[in-house]
Amino acid sequence: MTAQNPLLAVEGVETYYGNIIALRGVDIAVFEGEIVTLIGANGAGKSTLMMTICGNPQARKGRIVYDGEDITHLPTHDIMQRSIAQSPEGRRIFPRMTVMENLQMGALVTDGASFDADLQRVFDLFPRLKERQHQRGGTLSGGEQQMLAIGRALMSRPRLLLLDEPSLGLAPMVVKQIFEVIKDLNREEGLTVFLVEQNAFHALRLAHRGYVMVNGQITMSGTGAELLARPEVRAAYLEGGRKEAAE
Amino acid sequence: MSNINQAGSADEQQAPGALVEWEQRVAGYAGEPPFVEEPQRLSAIAAALKDAAIAAAIAAALFLFFIGFRTDIAIGGLDLTTRWQAFGTAIVVVFVGRLLFRILLWRPATKAGTRPLLLRAFGSGEGTPLSEHFARHSKSVGVVALVAAVLYPVIILALFPMKDKQFIDLGVLVLTYIMLGWGLNIVVGLAGLLDLGYVAFYAVGAYSFALFAQFFEVGFWFALPIAGILAACWGLILGFPVLRLRGDYLAIVTLAFGEIIRVVLLNWYTFTGGPNGISGIPDPTFFGLEFARGDDNLPGLLGIGYDSAYKQAYFFYIILALAMITNLVTLRLRKLPLGRAWEALREDEIACRSLGINTTNTKLTAFAIGAMFGGFAGAFFATRQGFISPESFTFMESALILAIVVLGGLGSQMGVVIASIVMIGGFELFRDFAEYRMLIFGLLMVIIMVWRPRGLIATREPSAILKERQTISADMVAQGEGH
Ligand SMILES: Nc1ncnc2c1ncn2[C@@H]1O[C@H](COP(=O)(O)OP(=O)(O)OP(=O)(O)O)[C@@H](O)[C@H]1O
Ligand SMILES: [Mg+2]
Repeated sequence: MTAQNPLLAVEGVETYYGNIIALRGVDIAVFEGEIVTLIGANGAGKSTLMMTICGNPQARKGRIVYDGEDITHLPTHDIMQRSIAQSPEGRRIFPRMTVMENLQMGALVTDGASFDADLQRVFDLFPRLKERQHQRGGTLSGGEQQMLAIGRALMSRPRLLLLDEPSLGLAPMVVKQIFEVIKDLNREEGLTVFLVEQNAFHALRLAHRGYVMVNGQITMSGTGAELLARPEVRAAYLEGGRKEAAE
Repeated sequence: MSNINQAGSADEQQAPGALVEWEQRVAGYAGEPPFVEEPQRLSAIAAALKDAAIAAAIAAALFLFFIGFRTDIAIGGLDLTTRWQAFGTAIVVVFVGRLLFRILLWRPATKAGTRPLLLRAFGSGEGTPLSEHFARHSKSVGVVALVAAVLYPVIILALFPMKDKQFIDLGVLVLTYIMLGWGLNIVVGLAGLLDLGYVAFYAVGAYSFALFAQFFEVGFWFALPIAGILAACWGLILGFPVLRLRGDYLAIVTLAFGEIIRVVLLNWYTFTGGPNGISGIPDPTFFGLEFARGDDNLPGLLGIGYDSAYKQAYFFYIILALAMITNLVTLRLRKLPLGRAWEALREDEIACRSLGINTTNTKLTAFAIGAMFGGFAGAFFATRQGFISPESFTFMESALILAIVVLGGLGSQMGVVIASIVMIGGFELFRDFAEYRMLIFGLLMVIIMVWRPRGLIATREPSAILKERQTISADMVAQGEGH
């Protein structure tokens, strides 16, 4: 996965909140069939990048190309109808709707022909959701809500799945389970995944390639194993900076 | 589910899980002796009696002078008369009222365990047996309500020949508010857009018909769709500027919008007649026939003789049909992508966009469709009154409709019906005490909001088409412990 055009290319993107700059010229490429992760400290701009890809807020400079098409200035709903799906930060499931209804919402952009098959696939991935299909989203546990957020995103049959911190606030067992699902989806169906994570260790082990973001800029990139081996990554994201302090 | 006896005696035939389940259930019962309730309730009633007696005594002391004696100015001083009967009645009312209040509603702060009867029956804020009950039986309740509504004029005509006109008129009024509530429910309840200016669309509908009738002499049925379309257009006109507003800001702008429409109607003398309004708005016809005296008109042709109550009944069925259309359209839309998008919008706008929903169009259609039903109701209002003026479309109307939607439970169709009946019926009941009406109105709102903070029927009914039968009971799920 080198020579061909990337499925998603972010080129020199700058994003502002009012006058405050959040992304200072970010370049990222995600190729078809890859899992790419983006790690960085709180407030680095990871979620901002993910939302910029989705067009909310829109990039002020640079461009975003998906599948050969410039999507930089498209409205969010147009972008999301182009086989991109997102599980946003904080899950954002619909609390008063049932699990089933949440999943139906995910399939709203499809023509509905493959709904039953897609539903079955999500239930196979997350049997918990099947058990709870009539329960209201807001009463699910945190882990179940995360499963629902991912399941809802998968219902639109995406080629590219954007995940923002799926491990947030979850028990290690559940994190492992969710990462397992991401891996399976990628390996068995060739789903391309762009994963924003705090949990750098797990994310880098899962991903083919990774980017490190500091203060709205990409400072490092490489394969997951490469980044895991880098002392500055270890110091900043894996061992809470203890090593750096000791040296 | 097998009962305890069976599971205990015939456990060999049961699956191994059944025995475990039974043991667990027995363990569950262990800490909960079944007969503790009774003495507590008796003492609660005794306490309530005592409390009521004290209240009655205080009332007696006060009322002795307020009610028991009456002074009139008479020649040569004051004339004192006693009114023991009124005095006694007042005390009895206080006693019974206080007793009922204690037993049924009031929860003493000290004893958390003793729950008043009404709360136990209907559920309080947290556990929601009442709303679950309605959610589960909403279909049959709806059918019963509809049948009752269809029979209402017939029953009234048969039973109350002297007051039939008045009662049917009240029914028409209630139904008008039900329809307005259902229309606003689309905007506020489903799409979650707080609209304080809904009466503007009611006004647009009413004036559309009135003006069309005045200038082009068109009839009600011809003007009805026009009124709806014009109101929908105004819904869009309101929708565009407020697209990016939410919550309080949206409320303020919609409030201003409602007032602008009213002020324009008030000041545009040449066109709308200003404060004088428009009169002589024609009655609706029945396939070209009129409800009037004369052999060529409908009552004459049917040979039933003219009675103005028949016209009221006709109005009743028109508004019933219009309201039912509103209801059915809403129920249908809830199952379609558009209605789903409305509800999703209410829950989380960002998630909506990330699922590819065009939130702009979703909001605009909510405003437009909600406004359209307001417009229909307005046209009906115009034809029923025969006369309209800006006075009928004040902010008070918007507030009343919104109160009906909120008290009924946002998004609940049945809640709107109950709230309309209670509020509009209540208003009529207290017509003789006009100056206390607002006081009672406010009190009622406070009580309902304290008792059921999310409206009478707070449970949202899932609109997903269920492929399998629900196995987990709904009230377990509400607490997140269905397993
Ligand atoms: N709506 C907003 N308005 C103004 N500033 C914002 C807004 N959203 C984010 N920011 C700022 O932009 C910067 C990047 O935020 P972002 O949410 O992208 O961080 P993040 O890398 O996702 O952090 P975390 O790991 O904590 O989720 C932060 O300084 C944040 O305060
Ligand atoms: Mg973030």
